[in-house]
Amino acid sequence: MLDVRHATVAFSAPGGPLVRAVDDISLTIPAGTFVVVIGTNGSGKSTLLGAVAGTVRLDAGSIHVAGHDLTAWRENQRARYVGRVFQDPRAGTAASLSVLENLAVAASRGRPVGLGWATPRRLRAEAAQRLAAIQPGLEKRLDQPIGSMSGGQRQIVALVMATWHRPELLLLDEHTAALDPASADRVVQATAKLVRDQKLTALMVTHSLEQAAGLGDRLLLIHRGKISLDVEGGAKRRLSTADLAGRFDRLRRADQLDDSAARTLRDLYV
Amino acid sequence: MITLLATWTFGVTLALVALGVFVSYRLFSFPDITTDGSYTLGAVTTTVLLVAGHDPAIATLGGAAAGAAAGACTGLLHAILHIEPLLAGILVTTALSSVNLVVLGRSNVPLAGTATLLDRAEALLLPAMTAAGFGDAAGEAARLIVMLSGVGIAVILLWAFFRTNLGTAMRAGGDTATMARALGRNTGLLTVGGLAIANALTALSGALVAQVQGFADVQMGIGMVVWGMASVFLGAALVGPVRLGGALVATVAGSITFRLIVASALRAGLHPDWLKAATALVVLAALIAPRLLSRRPQASAAR
Repeated sequence: MLDVRHATVAFSAPGGPLVRAVDDISLTIPAGTFVVVIGTNGSGKSTLLGAVAGTVRLDAGSIHVAGHDLTAWRENQRARYVGRVFQDPRAGTAASLSVLENLAVAASRGRPVGLGWATPRRLRAEAAQRLAAIQPGLEKRLDQPIGSMSGGQRQIVALVMATWHRPELLLLDEHTAALDPASADRVVQATAKLVRDQKLTALMVTHSLEQAAGLGDRLLLIHRGKISLDVEGGAKRRLSTADLAGRFDRLRRADQLDDSAARTLRDLYV
Repeated sequence: MITLLATWTFGVTLALVALGVFVSYRLFSFPDITTDGSYTLGAVTTTVLLVAGHDPAIATLGGAAAGAAAGACTGLLHAILHIEPLLAGILVTTALSSVNLVVLGRSNVPLAGTATLLDRAEALLLPAMTAAGFGDAAGEAARLIVMLSGVGIAVILLWAFFRTNLGTAMRAGGDTATMARALGRNTGLLTVGGLAIANALTALSGALVAQVQGFADVQMGIGMVVWGMASVFLGAALVGPVRLGGALVATVAGSITFRLIVASALRAGLHPDWLKAATALVVLAALIAPRLLSRRPQASAAR
């Protein structure tokens, strides 16, 4: 379970105004819930995810995962409870290591490492079984450098890595954005299967309205650092891609209106 | 025969520098200038310990340990104070040039009359080498055998270490820091450990070279990092893309090959003063060759 309380992250460009990328967001995600987050560019959805992952520091507020206060924890310390998949497959897997060695590093997620053999036969057998279960054929490529695989295959392995030990929270950062449509589709299906099978608590940021409409138990629309739409249950299931596109359009038009109003005011008074 | 064997012995001993540079540059993508300073540090520490009458094995290990400490310093500058790899190495190496001079007391100390690790090994293997028909070269052959087995052990230990959980985490952190951090690894600490290992190897080489040549000099480390890179590149060119074990063996082969090339060049009339310039040119060629050979120029820029 994830509990975000009064989270605020403020940025200021040199000489520019202070912008609250995340503006006093509070959010509770019960265990076993799959939440999809969408938002326009610069809405703060990625900053919110970064704040939970530990790559962005909170200016105010707190982050709790499974009852532990992670607010002051560094990124690598949070790995004890949090599993992550990145947008760029190259960021989430080590290219020069074999598939099996990547999985071996994942098998030690959040645990101290020692001088035990990294890839014992037991690990190889389990790795083959888990990969075969999610995409048959991958288990034959355990000894290949992961850098020689396609982006889609790397993301599937990255998903298996993030969930090797069941994480209290799975963070998915636009993890299909860098893939071609067919690979993206396979990764989405693998994601849905893993979340369902392991009953994971997951937070997925996506740019795809189709994924937002089709996946998850709950949907958040972030706009200007605040949650502007929060639907779950039947309302979430009835939501279509067209509904979401309409929402986006209205937000964008409102923004334009705000901008033109600001321009008019500036012209009049400044 | 004796000269040829001596060339080989030197090349094999310097293979430890190449292995050190392989760890820092290939596994951690860290161009570690500390190599120059820690090579000398290993030599002067061991020499001072030997002259003071310590056991050669302890003196040699002391030199390696001093190198590990120097590497850890560079790693800490980078990991904690976020100083760029090149600058961190330059700072530590500059500081080490003072340390080396203070430790040694003067710029050059001979080991004449002091029993070294090499003498001990030579005494052990001499009868066997004479029996094998090496004649006058028996002593030199014994030295080469000892160095070869020492480097062989180092390769096996490195290979085994980098296949353990800790070693695999180090390789992962050196390859893709975001991935290692997301899986709970403290990549700064892993870099400190990696540089300590790399510079322990380099200092061990300096410690052994001082015993092979019979003296330590505060200038002896200049250009060692470029020398190590030349060996690593040459080794990679000899075997092409291979896995960890192959790459380690290739690095040793690259070091020996490069030493033989240098010896041939000197015999063909290259003035020794031009040696370091020639080494730098070889590394430059190795760096730009993939770019020139590749059809897509931007391919070499992508990692």
